[in-house]
Amino acid sequence: MSTAATRTLPAGPQPANRNSLIIGTAAVSAAGTMLMFGMLAVWFKFRDASPLRTDAKGKLIHDWLPSEIKVPEVAANTLMITMVIACIMAQWGVYSARRNDSSHTTLATLITGFIGVAAINAQAAIYMQMDMGIRDGAYQTMFYAVTGTMLVLLSSGVAFSLVAMFRATAGRLGDKQVMTAHAMYWYFLTVVFCALWFVVYVQK
Amino acid sequence: MSTVEVPSLTHSSHPTTLGLTGDWLTTTDHRRIGRMFVGGAAVWLATMVVVSTILGAERIASDSSLIPADSVLQLFSLVRTLASFGVMIPLFIGLAIIIVPMQVGARAISFARVALLGFYLWLIGSGLIVGAIAANGGPGGGNAQMVDLYLIGLALSILGALAASVSLFTTVLTARTAGLSLSDAPMLAWSSLVGATALLLTLPVMLGTLIFAAVDHHYERIAFGGNEGVMTWLGWAFTQPQTFIYIVVALGVLADMTPVMARAKQPLRGAVVIGLGLLSTALVGTVAQTTHSLNWSGSITDKAKSFVPYALYNLLPVLGIVVVLATALLAVMSGKPKIIAPYFPTALGVGLIMAGMLGNAVQHIEQAGLAGTVFDEAALTYLTYGSVLVAWGALAFWGPRIWGKMLSDVAVVGLGVLGFVATVLASLPYYIAGFANQPADVASDFDYSGPQSLWNVLSTGGHALMALCVLAAVATVVRARMSGATATEDPWDARTLEWSVDGGAR
Repeated sequence: MSTAATRTLPAGPQPANRNSLIIGTAAVSAAGTMLMFGMLAVWFKFRDASPLRTDAKGKLIHDWLPSEIKVPEVAANTLMITMVIACIMAQWGVYSARRNDSSHTTLATLITGFIGVAAINAQAAIYMQMDMGIRDGAYQTMFYAVTGTMLVLLSSGVAFSLVAMFRATAGRLGDKQVMTAHAMYWYFLTVVFCALWFVVYVQK
Repeated sequence: MSTVEVPSLTHSSHPTTLGLTGDWLTTTDHRRIGRMFVGGAAVWLATMVVVSTILGAERIASDSSLIPADSVLQLFSLVRTLASFGVMIPLFIGLAIIIVPMQVGARAISFARVALLGFYLWLIGSGLIVGAIAANGGPGGGNAQMVDLYLIGLALSILGALAASVSLFTTVLTARTAGLSLSDAPMLAWSSLVGATALLLTLPVMLGTLIFAAVDHHYERIAFGGNEGVMTWLGWAFTQPQTFIYIVVALGVLADMTPVMARAKQPLRGAVVIGLGLLSTALVGTVAQTTHSLNWSGSITDKAKSFVPYALYNLLPVLGIVVVLATALLAVMSGKPKIIAPYFPTALGVGLIMAGMLGNAVQHIEQAGLAGTVFDEAALTYLTYGSVLVAWGALAFWGPRIWGKMLSDVAVVGLGVLGFVATVLASLPYYIAGFANQPADVASDFDYSGPQSLWNVLSTGGHALMALCVLAAVATVVRARMSGATATEDPWDARTLEWSVDGGAR
């Protein structure tokens, strides 16, 4: 009969508190919101400081948006709707992860990321349709600065979706906090884009 | 019986220099990350003090030309930028990163790699700022590419501070040990939470404006005023009341140290937290990017309309520091105080910070006529050097937990007192010169009645003395590390969590 010697290894490190990801994402989202709202505040400041002129209907308006520039409202509205759909997909990811449904979680995060890429594509289409140079005037410079910053934030959202998708694909469904944080980030992106859409594309 | 060969879990060989360097550069140990922040801040502090001394020397004779006239604005901008983003922010972020995880009983800081990334972003960014200004960039710089580089450096520094703030914010909220509620958390942890929150809410606003200014400048537009307009749009982040946010942690240091010194439990802990919160109300003014001055003229209604926003923006933060000091006094009165060396520089530093905050309140009274004078510069010096003194006290207090060695009491107290004298010398004359209308950000060709040379000599001497203090402080720490007395487990008999957990001083 052989005797088995057992050796007790030191206890491993405590698993990381996964709530930290949600809190960290909330902090980043708050900072991102301040970033975009701060930029929109500067936008307002410039628009209010622009001289007044009479538009085609005889209404007195700020001479902020150059008359030769046409804002493509259809593309902008489509982009807005796309962002809302991304939120729904991200929330589907949370729903699926809570049910340990790996395939649907993967699909949800994949679609969220794909929608993010579509949103970036829509923004590129807006740039092409507007066909204006960044040096052409204060409006043009600020338009590219504020929408470019939004593009960077959108790209980070796509990267987050990819990471979340790979984790789900690899079967790490225990990390439900990742899905929650991912959804929270997309809500944040949608809220700030909603503000940008209203100020830049609707109010102009 | 079979045997199993178990590899040794301990390192038998000494790490090589290269290995040790690699360990430091890629570390996820919060104490190392924090020390790198503090070390970097010490380098920029020395740079800032030297530049301030040179600018002061230039001012002694108003017709002198030690430095080219077109570089003066850039050097003043360098001092302002370094005071905020080279000294105050990284100093307190670094201290908080070192101490707070131990205070809340966390095994590690949350998102350690994010904190490390924050350090590198900040270090590269601050290096770019200094390099860009040295190469004729920065606000008012003549080299357009270097102005762009300055803006990029500033953006990186902001991102670094934000990354470290996210890490600290999350640590305090989620990594506390079991049983430690937020209401029981030490005051330094609380102040770190408040400070990190305030940074997370204000620095992105600065970043947004910075993006506009950078794009505008890079594409040669002038909507944001070109190189001259950089400070017009971003200057609020380098002056009061935004700077109050950078020093919230300083009050946490005092609030944590006082009960230890007083040998008493902190009475009215809730009031201390309220005080920290009141100080952070400065963010209201900074997010709005407006200053509110008091115009004490007209009818009672006019005065009230002017006073309310003035008080909200300028007096409420002062009330915060008064509340913290009052509760500290209560703790001292309720206990049996035994003065400890680190308390000297800490208390003196907080006093200097308060002098700076009161100065800001006076500056914004229109009838005082202090706008555009050196008064504002003096208030910033009070805050910056006061912060440095508090940080010195914090290093002396928590040093045994960081390095396992004690700093010499004589050096701690002596440098604290010298630093206090240096700060008063550097700042107080400019409070007086401000009333005599000595212009801000100008080093020559000014004239006013009164002993203008005396004020500028005294201020220059103060900056020079502070330079010596910084060097002596660094030497004291190095000496303590190499041959200082080994610290006991709890040298101050503090009996708080950071002294109880097995942190393993390194």
